Amino acid sequence: MGAPAEKQTATEARIAALDLPKGADWATGLRKDALARLTTMGLPARRDEYWKYTRPDTLTQSDPVPATAFITDETPVFDAIERVKIVFRDGVFDANASDDLTLAGVTLERLSDVTQTDIHWAKDLYGSLESQGQTPVERPLAALNTAFANDGIVIRVTGKASQAVNLIYHHESETSDAILHHVVKVEEGAELTLLENGPAAARFNKVLEVDIADKASFHHVRTQGRDHDRRAATHIFARLGTESTFKSFTMTANGVMTRNECVIELTGDNAFAHVAGAALGDGDFHHDDTVFITHDAVNCESRQVFKKVLRNGATGVFQGKILVKDGAQKTDGYQISQSLLLDDDSQFLAKPELEIYADDVACSHGSTSGAIDEDALFYLRSRGVPEGPATDLLTLSFLAEAVDEIDDPVLAAEIGARLESWLERRRS
Amino acid sequence: MLEIKNLQVKLEDEDKQILKGVDLTIGAGEVHAIMGPNGSGKSTLSYVLSGKDGYEVTGGTATLDGEDLLDMDPEERAALGLFLAFQYPVEIPGVGNMTFLRTAVNAQRKARGEEEISAAEFLKVIREKAKTLKIDAEMLKRPVNVGFSGGEKKRNEILQMAMLEPKMCILDETDSGLDVDAMKLVSDGVNALRSEGRSFLVITHYQRLLDHIKPDVVHIMANGRIIKTGGPDLALEVEQNGYADLLEEHA
Ligand SMILES: Nc1ncnc2c1ncn2[C@@H]1O[C@H](COP(=O)(O)OP(=O)(O)O)[C@@H](O)[C@H]1O
Ligand SMILES: [Mg+2]
Repeated sequence: MGAPAEKQTATEARIAALDLPKGADWATGLRKDALARLTTMGLPARRDEYWKYTRPDTLTQSDPVPATAFITDETPVFDAIERVKIVFRDGVFDANASDDLTLAGVTLERLSDVTQTDIHWAKDLYGSLESQGQTPVERPLAALNTAFANDGIVIRVTGKASQAVNLIYHHESETSDAILHHVVKVEEGAELTLLENGPAAARFNKVLEVDIADKASFHHVRTQGRDHDRRAATHIFARLGTESTFKSFTMTANGVMTRNECVIELTGDNAFAHVAGAALGDGDFHHDDTVFITHDAVNCESRQVFKKVLRNGATGVFQGKILVKDGAQKTDGYQISQSLLLDDDSQFLAKPELEIYADDVACSHGSTSGAIDEDALFYLRSRGVPEGPATDLLTLSFLAEAVDEIDDPVLAAEIGARLESWLERRRS
Repeated sequence: MLEIKNLQVKLEDEDKQILKGVDLTIGAGEVHAIMGPNGSGKSTLSYVLSGKDGYEVTGGTATLDGEDLLDMDPEERAALGLFLAFQYPVEIPGVGNMTFLRTAVNAQRKARGEEEISAAEFLKVIREKAKTLKIDAEMLKRPVNVGFSGGEKKRNEILQMAMLEPKMCILDETDSGLDVDAMKLVSDGVNALRSEGRSFLVITHYQRLLDHIKPDVVHIMANGRIIKTGGPDLALEVEQNGYADLLEEHA
């Protein structure tokens, strides 16, 4: 069984524009497997149920829509944080701009080096979480990534990393079409904070696979860059062991097309996974958060907190699912998706889902869409706060539940400041 | 200080006249009370003076120190020194009480061309004032009015008033929902602010608040008009006889 004819044609056209990277036998094998997955599924098309609210065409077509880079003299977002910088320029690792790939308790390697190595631990992980994440819902763009990515970072964490690892993406060429694949293995009891910032390319396809062993923890904070015209399809695949922690927060300001998928499997008891996002869109903005969390162990907690501020015709999408498998008792699942519509032209489309096969669970989900609370606005103004700053204050308070998901207070404050200055700029 | 002449107000969305010609003059340092049955337009008057949307002024004027209030944005009125203690203070989840107050104080200072208050100075002042109103540090940190009891909300209004130091304070049923102790706290808070340059308009149903905050002048409002004005005795009279006689007299 394969994809319908028109999908096949579109998929073949896309594949024809790409080359399978050369590498060691194991890497070539994994890439060919991924290519086979891709051709069987076919690239997403408009009528696919999973792409009901987001048009996939600009993400799947052979050439990217050109996008100009956004130049700013603002201080880059994580500059005040102690971290190892790893820079990618239009999707290619830039050794000169990067720090040395050394960090105590952590091994950092470039994917293109790893895939040339005959024997490497990454062979058990590369593409494996992506491949498992293809059921029950297909994610063809991630399979495409596994097949064709030649660059990325491969991280193995064996201790508590003393600094964060920061992946910094620069977008320079108007026609860049970047495919990056990162693999992270956090060993038992180890800890890592991964930061990502920057727009990467005119079009960006990124996969991040994270395998978190028992009692390990992984914290992730990213900002997706302010380039307005850029398009991005990103996937996070995470597998959690017993008593492990996964926390991921994404801030998105601007972007004509963003689809962020997050696929999480809680496979060990007492594990804990939180994903959150704050998206700010003005005008020609389309942002889609698609999350799929599977509880396959006892007494795990998952939380999804997604907030979107939309104005001037911006569109926000949320598809979030909690799947509780048979036997995943004492599951605590929470999901909230909300939009703040700053005018009548903007829209928010949400599809929250629960599918539960265990009987002793507590799951809740809620989705709302609303305007600024006029009474609160008047209250603030009656105390002397002008309309603009009062609206911003209420907007930030709307986003607070998502930002609060960032554990590190310095990172949270940094993100808060970026959100605030984005709002401030819209006023001037 | 505050001068209201023949103020007429209708609802914006409905053909409903609420204020039908209100005249009221409050001099500097004076305390005036407005009493009157439910639905007579007391809250509407306070909202229109502070600039809430949804009302249309169809006639008359209102000035504060000679400046036309009705033409200004709510924040401009606040910066000029007008303050309304809300009958129903609004809950604002996600905005810390302290952040809210510092933003407000500094916004007003900025509007008046004054320097911002430093974080340290602000903290010192607010702690002091909060203490006299029995507002603890925990309440200052919590989101504005969220999870506050009725009495806590009203005390919080008075704290805001104390921090903003307005010259014209309107208190809309600040006594409603207060027990005897809270009433005492709130009244003491208000009395501490009384001064030559500061005036008060106290809207209330009950005489008992006026035992604590002694008014110079008492007005009775009914059906969108002030139907009678007198001294403090007028409040006692209403307390004893209700509004029925007055309303009839005026009918
Ligand atoms: N926003 C509004 N929408 C509808 N009716 C209103 C509104 N504001 C006031 N009213 C009406 O105007 C009248 C006066 O109300 P209000 O000013 O609240 O009186 P009071 O404070 O004296 O009890 C009442 O009949 C009330 O229902
Ligand atoms: Mg009232």
